[in-house]
Amino acid sequence: MKPAPFAYKKVRTLKEAVALLAKHKDNARLLAGGQSLIATLNMRLSAPALLIDINGIRGLDGITKKGKFVEVGALARHAQVERSDVIARYAPLIALAMPHIGHPAIRNRGSFGGSIAFADPAAELPACLLALGGEVDIASAKGKRKVKADAFFKGLFETALRPHELVTAIRIPVADKNTRVGFAELARRHGDYAMVGLAASARANGKGLTDVRLAYFGVGDTPIRVKTAEAALADGNIDAAVSALDLEPHDDVQATAKLKKHLAGVLLRRVAAQLLETRP
Amino acid sequence: MKITDDSPPVLTALDRPNSYIGRSVPRPNLQRLTQGRGLYVSDVTLPRMAHVAYVRSPHAHARIVNIVTEAAKKTPGVIAAVIGAELAKVMTPWVGVLTHLKGLKSAPQAPLAVERACWQGEAVCAVVARTRAEAEDACELVEVRYEELPAVTDPEIALDAKTPVIHASLGDNLCFERKLDVGAVDKAFAESDAVVEATFRFGRHTGVTTEPRAVVADWNEGEQRMTVYHGTQAPHMMQNLFAKHLGIAEHQVRVLTKDVGGSFGIKVHTYADEMATVALSKLLKRPVKFVADRIESFVTDIHARDHRIKAKIGVSKDGTITAFEIDDLTGIGPYSVYPRTSGIEANQIVNLVGGPYNCPNYRAQARVVFQNKNVMCQYRAVGHPIAVAVTEGLVDLAAAKIGMDPLELRRRNLIPDDAYPTQSASGLKFELLSHHEALAHLDSMMNYAGLRAEQQKLRGKGVYRGIGFASFIEVTNPSAAFYGVGGARITAMDGATVKLDAQGAIIVHTGVTEQGQGAEAVVAQCVASSFGVRVEKVRVITGDTDNTPYGGGTWASRAAGIGGEAAWQAGKALRANVLAVAASILQAKPDDLDIRNGLVVDKDKGTERLPLDELARIAYFRPDTLPPGFQAELMATRHYVPRAWPFAFTNGIQGSYLEVDIETGFVKLLKHWCVEDCGTIINPQLVDEQIRGGVVQGIGAALFEHCLYDERGQLLNGNMADYLVPMAVEMPDIECGHVVSPTADSELGAKGAGEAGTAGAPGSVMNAINDALRPLGAQPLTDMPFTPDKILRALGKV
Repeated sequence: MKPAPFAYKKVRTLKEAVALLAKHKDNARLLAGGQSLIATLNMRLSAPALLIDINGIRGLDGITKKGKFVEVGALARHAQVERSDVIARYAPLIALAMPHIGHPAIRNRGSFGGSIAFADPAAELPACLLALGGEVDIASAKGKRKVKADAFFKGLFETALRPHELVTAIRIPVADKNTRVGFAELARRHGDYAMVGLAASARANGKGLTDVRLAYFGVGDTPIRVKTAEAALADGNIDAAVSALDLEPHDDVQATAKLKKHLAGVLLRRVAAQLLETRP
Repeated sequence: MKITDDSPPVLTALDRPNSYIGRSVPRPNLQRLTQGRGLYVSDVTLPRMAHVAYVRSPHAHARIVNIVTEAAKKTPGVIAAVIGAELAKVMTPWVGVLTHLKGLKSAPQAPLAVERACWQGEAVCAVVARTRAEAEDACELVEVRYEELPAVTDPEIALDAKTPVIHASLGDNLCFERKLDVGAVDKAFAESDAVVEATFRFGRHTGVTTEPRAVVADWNEGEQRMTVYHGTQAPHMMQNLFAKHLGIAEHQVRVLTKDVGGSFGIKVHTYADEMATVALSKLLKRPVKFVADRIESFVTDIHARDHRIKAKIGVSKDGTITAFEIDDLTGIGPYSVYPRTSGIEANQIVNLVGGPYNCPNYRAQARVVFQNKNVMCQYRAVGHPIAVAVTEGLVDLAAAKIGMDPLELRRRNLIPDDAYPTQSASGLKFELLSHHEALAHLDSMMNYAGLRAEQQKLRGKGVYRGIGFASFIEVTNPSAAFYGVGGARITAMDGATVKLDAQGAIIVHTGVTEQGQGAEAVVAQCVASSFGVRVEKVRVITGDTDNTPYGGGTWASRAAGIGGEAAWQAGKALRANVLAVAASILQAKPDDLDIRNGLVVDKDKGTERLPLDELARIAYFRPDTLPPGFQAELMATRHYVPRAWPFAFTNGIQGSYLEVDIETGFVKLLKHWCVEDCGTIINPQLVDEQIRGGVVQGIGAALFEHCLYDERGQLLNGNMADYLVPMAVEMPDIECGHVVSPTADSELGAKGAGEAGTAGAPGSVMNAINDALRPLGAQPLTDMPFTPDKILRALGKV
């Protein structure tokens, strides 16, 4: 399990990084936390010609509230996010999800931006981003752009990112007193990728909910919103929400499609209960 | 985790001044290992050392049409690319059979596949290079043309006439078959008030060691000697095998086994890629290193436990078990593993089913068949977890059927504690067991009545908790009956050599090996106690066939019981020798003296007569002052092999308490208990950790671990993400309790403790799950591992 030979360049500035990406495009991979990349390299599942190590770029790991958004720098480590007061206060869904991501050693290295850019369909953060309706800040040699979460996740490990682009930050709408969030996942061992998971956000409206966003993970090629179920839940009908689930998961080594669909229904009831819980 | 120290008071015969028997002495290797100064084979680097990587068959069964290595040989750093036919000239093939397993057959296996690959992962070509990375780069350039052959994967059809025969020379796919019929089974079933039948399935799994298999072979052409640094459990066995198949004498082979990062039975077998590495060193006349990576480990480390058992129990209304019957079928891959064979697990199952109980009627059939998957062989607690789960599963099903409490049914059938010596229906001889005392201990430890009340109360709230038990017996301290009588050169004996150094400290060479389980600590405790020094004064040296006494090594829970006894006896012998020296210096009688805490003392009063360092100074540097004709002998060797009993059986009982989420099928383990009887306990902490570690591996079998193959013989989850090794978060607190019934075969009286945890955990967890789900009318779950999917299917939810 040794990687195929590759060239390595440690960059110090964003400018350097995007210049190299512009030059090498698909032949280059960005190295951030390396928690997924290094394993695929070692197993020779991918063999890029160049690794661009972006860990030396300063200022990409901030976690700050900026107006109506919490901005998480792409290089913020999961452990840093997990311990952040800003996240706990203004992005409670992220705080709920954090302990489920791998193990402490993984969270120490793994980066927030890396998880979003890699877009593993069974990962927690892409689903959280989708549930929160956040957006992704992208940079390239040609400039900067933003992509909303709903438009970011395109397919299996496929995102709106183009080969010459990199994620610089993730922006999450700030939670207020009416924000409700819920999170649950089922993994046979804590820290594994979930068989099924659900990240949810909504706004409290009296005793009911509006703006319900339910994002499943581990049940398709991308994190998936279930809009009919969202509407049913906003109407206060949990049974209807469960029967409206239109997921089409595939069998994998941990769970059959049938099991995943059943568990998705169980999770919806549990997460709905979290959303409807009255907060002090 | 709570460590319950309920170890018994030390026994009189062993209760010497400064005795360490029965004390939780920290391991002498602890600091060295935690400071990163262990010497694992993976750490070994030698001058001119090359690295080998293997090209492995992607097919479960394929003819090798040709292999082109030219491009690989031109890759930077490559020293050689070698195929099976070339290596066959250096090393002869082997056949994994034992004569006492009558009829067991297998085909010759070569270090590298020649002409045919028989499982996905079998090595077909070796590439040797300056670094492992260069070797792997070159492996990608080796062109192998395969012609895929039909793969035999399902044991159920392996013996059908239309199924292809994997090895034409063998005539069929049957490796081994055993039948046993004792008592009057049919009559007993006919007269039973209830008969319960079930089919139990056990998922194929493997022992995931922290350090993968590793070997560095160094052929010295000038010396005509092969030195092998090997992460093995049995250095002398491997010395014999390397010599035999290289066609050289055993004294030309030295096996060095220092630290080993876990074994669990995985590292007590002959692996083709390790044999090939040794052969490559001879061929290339330079050191060659092979360290299996995780992907290789999953497709080549032996697998185990892939058994399907149809089983039946008869019971009368009063709870008397009338008969057991089993039909075991197991697929063991394309070869019986050398030299211990792949027939042992099935053979053990036949021996062990029904073992704890008084039941004279027993019929068993076991068939072991070849298939095109990775090989299966002995892994921790060989056969026990299966035999125990089948027996205990049947006992619980019978109890449910007649409406009797499962613990009560066991109480009524376990062999009485005053019935020994006795034997099981299958003929296992028991010197002294303690099933009833163990059961009573467990009953009170777990507060069984309280748990039942809690269970009942919670059911009303829709919370489904279950309590499961598993009584068990465990084979330990094997005599020559295990392998020696079957013709394998695997000794049941072990030895210890003890010497006094020139400052009065002790150096021990022992034949048993350290796998991380603490054998060094146990050997040091035995010597310190019987000789009479502080344990810090004892240094233990293991794993060197040039220097350690001939011994079997570490397997079948033998290191403490056999290696410990040899060490105890060697310490005593050296004490006698040293006291002879002391007596001659002090002009006293040796019988009036003793050694305590590093001092020669008056035996009666304990007054100091002579420190050991002074004795050593005189003996080594001023022997001229000793009486004429007196020669000090400051080194002693003793060996020990169990003779009175084929095995020192141990016994115990485990309890599991868990909660099943009936919506998700997830199982939460709440608590686990194990009461076991390994005879004299030398080190209570090490015994408890053996039990706990074993329980965790057993829980892995019950809930997590499974090598998933498709019908074409492809392993689908051979990596650490998809193969679920049990992790700490999911494990319950494990409480250990002990009953002490020493074996009279040795002075120490210690039996083994390495496999009891693994033996009983799967069965107790299975029974607890079924106990939890019984009020819901779920079909009993008998197909391990118990995944959420299987549990929800039993509940009719998916």
